[in-house]
Amino acid sequence: MAGTAEDLKVLGTKQSMFTQRVVWALKLKGVEYEFIEEDLVHKSSLLLALNPVHKKVPVLVHDGKPIAESKIILEYLDETWKERPLLPEDPRERANVRFWAAFIDDKLMEASKKAFVSTGDDRAKAMESTMEGLKLLEQELQGKKYFSGDEGIGYFDIVAGWIAYWLQFIEEIGGFKVMESTKFPCLDAWIKNFLQVPSVKQSLPSPDELRNVFGAIRMAMQMK
Amino acid sequence: MEDEVVLLDFWPSSFAMRVKIALGEKGIKYKCKQEDLFNKSTLLLEMNPIHKKIPVLIHNGKPISESLIILQYIDQVWNRKSPLLPSDPYQRSQALFWADYIDKKIYGIGRRVWMGKEDQEEAKEELMQCLKTLERELGDKLYFGGQNIGVVDVALVPFTTWFYSYETCGNFSIEAGCPKLVAWAKRCKENYRSVSEALPHPLQIYEYVMELKKRLGL
Repeated sequence: MAGTAEDLKVLGTKQSMFTQRVVWALKLKGVEYEFIEEDLVHKSSLLLALNPVHKKVPVLVHDGKPIAESKIILEYLDETWKERPLLPEDPRERANVRFWAAFIDDKLMEASKKAFVSTGDDRAKAMESTMEGLKLLEQELQGKKYFSGDEGIGYFDIVAGWIAYWLQFIEEIGGFKVMESTKFPCLDAWIKNFLQVPSVKQSLPSPDELRNVFGAIRMAMQMK
Repeated sequence: MEDEVVLLDFWPSSFAMRVKIALGEKGIKYKCKQEDLFNKSTLLLEMNPIHKKIPVLIHNGKPISESLIILQYIDQVWNRKSPLLPSDPYQRSQALFWADYIDKKIYGIGRRVWMGKEDQEEAKEELMQCLKTLERELGDKLYFGGQNIGVVDVALVPFTTWFYSYETCGNFSIEAGCPKLVAWAKRCKENYRSVSEALPHPLQIYEYVMELKKRLGL
């Protein structure tokens, strides 16, 4: 059952790494949708009505019914549109990719956020934590073109996607470096391959858009 | 070949209780191994090297960690009875949303309540807000899962055995603010043996919290 532009909407922003996960998945599956660009500073009544609990993007709206949280949306898309599966079928492999997705969002992202906002010793610790996380992902990749295998990207790659593009701007604006291509050669190769995937390539925000977003976050932090 | 199922457990852990309820609901025979979190076993460190946490489910020698991931695994493998998740994708997404909400909020906020530091008042308010949100989600249903318990019930009910500790450390009443939720917890324990068997008595949890506070110098 293909989604038509009228009954499938994505509320999000072009710059949001979480929104882009949903966009990549929809493009991979060849599903049509309407994209509604949200203003995260002045949140629309639509967004607040559809995600009253977290008030965040992305929100998927299918036949008028909202779903929030990017990883949950990805699983919903995979269960609803069976072509071009994103998650493995095997229960153990499914548990494995969910484990890594949780690790990427809970540990790795938290560590890099901390590196972005802190200074001195706190920053050094957060950078070390981030690099330990990258090292674990490096080990997960060994010998594979993508986290999901050699055939093509899947759920794991999509969740890890921010590392391939957003991380460099977090580093640039934050003034620190964790993703060293010499330290993490497999990850480096994965980044290059990931960014070549058409569904991904078509949907990336521009470098300046991301510099603006992270720059604004940095400024807001410094004003506190 | 018979399945070999081992659970690395820590009896006060709400996350481990979730897994025990699920195993009970599915009628799965398993060996329960108590871990000392201040002196972690080599088995735990080998089975969960990244997080070094419990619960870990070891199925035929291979580990699965993270309680919600374990619940989904159990539901997929032992799929003939007592489904934990709805089969409809939309209902599933909503159940997973609320299970995720519980994960993001209850443990962390509850901890700030029983630790009793400067942010305790703020934490109490946040806790009540979360529980009220969950109570609204429950509505007039018997369980979050509808007529039977589901993943949201399993995710939340273990924390109710910690309510007495939150209330006593924080000097407030959860029942006063969320009577329907407290009634729901009672219903789960009365109607589901897997729940009543997995949850220690609230006073045992309180004793554990007191010991832990002493150990942490609080």
